[in-house]
Amino acid sequence: MANTTEFRTCPTTGLKVDLAAENLIKANAVAAIVFLAVGGLFGLLVALTRWPAVHFLPADWFYLALTAHGLDVLLVWIIFFEMAVLYFASAVLLGSRLAGPKWAWAGFGLMLVGAIITNIAVLRGQSSVMFTSYVPMMAEPPFYLGIILFAVGALIGCFVFFGTLVVAKQERTYQGSIPLVTFGALTAAIIAVFTIASGAIILIPTLLWSLGFVSYIDPLVYKTIWWGMGHSSQQINVSAHVAVWYAIAAMVFGAKPLSEKVSRMAFLMYILFLQLASAHHLLVEPGFSSEWKIFNTSYAMYLAVLGSMVHGMTVPGSIEAAQRARGLTKGMFEWLRKAPWSNPAFAGMFMSLVFFGFIGGISGVVMGTEQINLIMHNTLYVPGHFHGTVVAGTTLAFMAITYLLVPLIFRRELMFRKLAQWQPYVFGIGVAGISLFMMGAGTLGVSRRHWDMTFADAQLPFDYPAAAFLMMGLNGVFAVLATLGGIMFVVVVVGSVFFGRKLGRDEKPSYPEVPPQAAAVSHYGSSESLKIPGTVMLVGIFFVAFVLYYFVNWKYLSEIWPLS
Amino acid sequence: MAITPPSERIWWKEPIAKIELIWIVVAFTWGLIMFFMMIYWHGAGEQNLSNEAYKTTALKFSQKAEAMIDEYTVREENGFPVVHPPPGSEVYLIARLWQWSPILELEKDQSYRLHLSSMDWQHGFSLQPVNINVQVHPGYDMVVTIKPDQAGEYGVVCNEYCGIGHHNMVGKIYVVD
Repeated sequence: MANTTEFRTCPTTGLKVDLAAENLIKANAVAAIVFLAVGGLFGLLVALTRWPAVHFLPADWFYLALTAHGLDVLLVWIIFFEMAVLYFASAVLLGSRLAGPKWAWAGFGLMLVGAIITNIAVLRGQSSVMFTSYVPMMAEPPFYLGIILFAVGALIGCFVFFGTLVVAKQERTYQGSIPLVTFGALTAAIIAVFTIASGAIILIPTLLWSLGFVSYIDPLVYKTIWWGMGHSSQQINVSAHVAVWYAIAAMVFGAKPLSEKVSRMAFLMYILFLQLASAHHLLVEPGFSSEWKIFNTSYAMYLAVLGSMVHGMTVPGSIEAAQRARGLTKGMFEWLRKAPWSNPAFAGMFMSLVFFGFIGGISGVVMGTEQINLIMHNTLYVPGHFHGTVVAGTTLAFMAITYLLVPLIFRRELMFRKLAQWQPYVFGIGVAGISLFMMGAGTLGVSRRHWDMTFADAQLPFDYPAAAFLMMGLNGVFAVLATLGGIMFVVVVVGSVFFGRKLGRDEKPSYPEVPPQAAAVSHYGSSESLKIPGTVMLVGIFFVAFVLYYFVNWKYLSEIWPLS
Repeated sequence: MAITPPSERIWWKEPIAKIELIWIVVAFTWGLIMFFMMIYWHGAGEQNLSNEAYKTTALKFSQKAEAMIDEYTVREENGFPVVHPPPGSEVYLIARLWQWSPILELEKDQSYRLHLSSMDWQHGFSLQPVNINVQVHPGYDMVVTIKPDQAGEYGVVCNEYCGIGHHNMVGKIYVVD
């Protein structure tokens, strides 16, 4: 088999690229972006409906659109793109052939068919059960079937990734240990296997239940195992987008991890502890002890949070060290001021890092505190939080690396450069606004997944405070901005992929600038002389914000009715 | 670089920079503080769930609720009974598509054992504007001891999606001096 594999040599990086892997990366990335566009459109409809002055969709369409939005962006877009990341981090970065490209195509086909089946099921209107599909609310059988097929396809992709690691090791395509980015992708793939297993354990019986072969599914058991998939799948995102941060830092700055050991240990924390997060969704449910809740919701004493906090220093730290080695040593922040802010790969990556930490990260830990969850559970604070993690974090990071994949993997010159340059800012600021205003509305009590916050047709009247309406209006405005950023992304990428100038076999792309290998910083000298004062300052600001916000919420909690 | 194998082959023996080590210790310590904060609040804080819960059925739960309604109804409002149970008693709130029943009238600074269960799908008990949010499951009777500390009129919004009438599912709790 090995001798039939065709390779090309990348003129920019010198990497040997398996053409089969390249085609799979292209297919998965294109499918991902199609579903991002579809899911993003549903998201806009949801936001316009929740904008009180617009109240766009009727109720049944709103719940349908919300179900489709969750599925298409939270699951389909992200997992398709992650498959592209897995193939890139294995075959391309290791200069190896992809193990079993036919299996990879079969997996891709299953994912595509599954995603389409579930989308059709939702559009038929009888499966508006939300992304979570909590029993005993029942969807039509194809709804579950599609998700199961999609998951099986993704599982095949994970095993192709594992197989490629084995092939590369056996065929000695690289020296020493796998690169850090590949290690991060491996973390994501291991978590993905756990995630998909959880999904199978609960969704297969649920499918049988909707077909009438199983009579009863306990709602608490469903929820516990479902979130073993639902939350862990978001941890795949975290691992994957952290790997993408490192990859962009390496490709744009030639940055080297400060310490391989520390960064890899941080990824290991993810593998060991992130899966406990199902508990985040069960903090105010009957039937669990507080001991169970505290241990699980904190990932065993916040050890996975520790992993993220470590990455939060080592990613910008490696960029700062690389910039300083290039002579940008003035003051605390010359390295950051003179960073390539007009390069969308860097701009998107850095905003993803900041928003993920400050918005998504802090709010997630606070909301996941056993007692504080009482004042946030199922309010709009929850989607506020995860738009900070999954959209401002993961989606923005994936968009950023796409700007490098277009010239390097699709071999096309990037078109509409001005548009590309502004895109991360428009999208990033839009999403940050969405997150913050939803969190604000949630703090004021506004329910998530709710069509009418005026309760116009309810039997008993109730009014949310006026500030909550303002928050939802602002949420709508920023959702429009984020949509604009999303459209800019799709235009730039689809335009370039189909109509961009084809790069010659040995031609280097002119944009975005990727530093030549020679400029790469290979060594920073001894660990004692490491100087990253700017990063230390940023991390310090983050830490103070974290501590203050954490205790402010305990204060809020202490003001509600005594409960026991 | 992060996209190439580590430049030091024996990378696991490389020393860690002091600044990284300091951050790891700070972050780990902060994690411990947050962990023990939850335990501390169980002793020192006033807002904790007892996690008291029982298996039940829609029929059993609604019978208990009906018994309470029959005994303590004081008036009617919009077709709902308004129930004024004695302080310290067992209080039942039924969640069903798409109502919270009955309307409760509680006394300020008195404790009540509030039982929550659903007759059909999952619902979310969201007491506003206090902003207390608890999940309500069918088949489970969850007991939360509440002690309203301010008189007024409170809304009970459903915040778990429960189908097309979800946004009309509003209940009410009065707290009187």
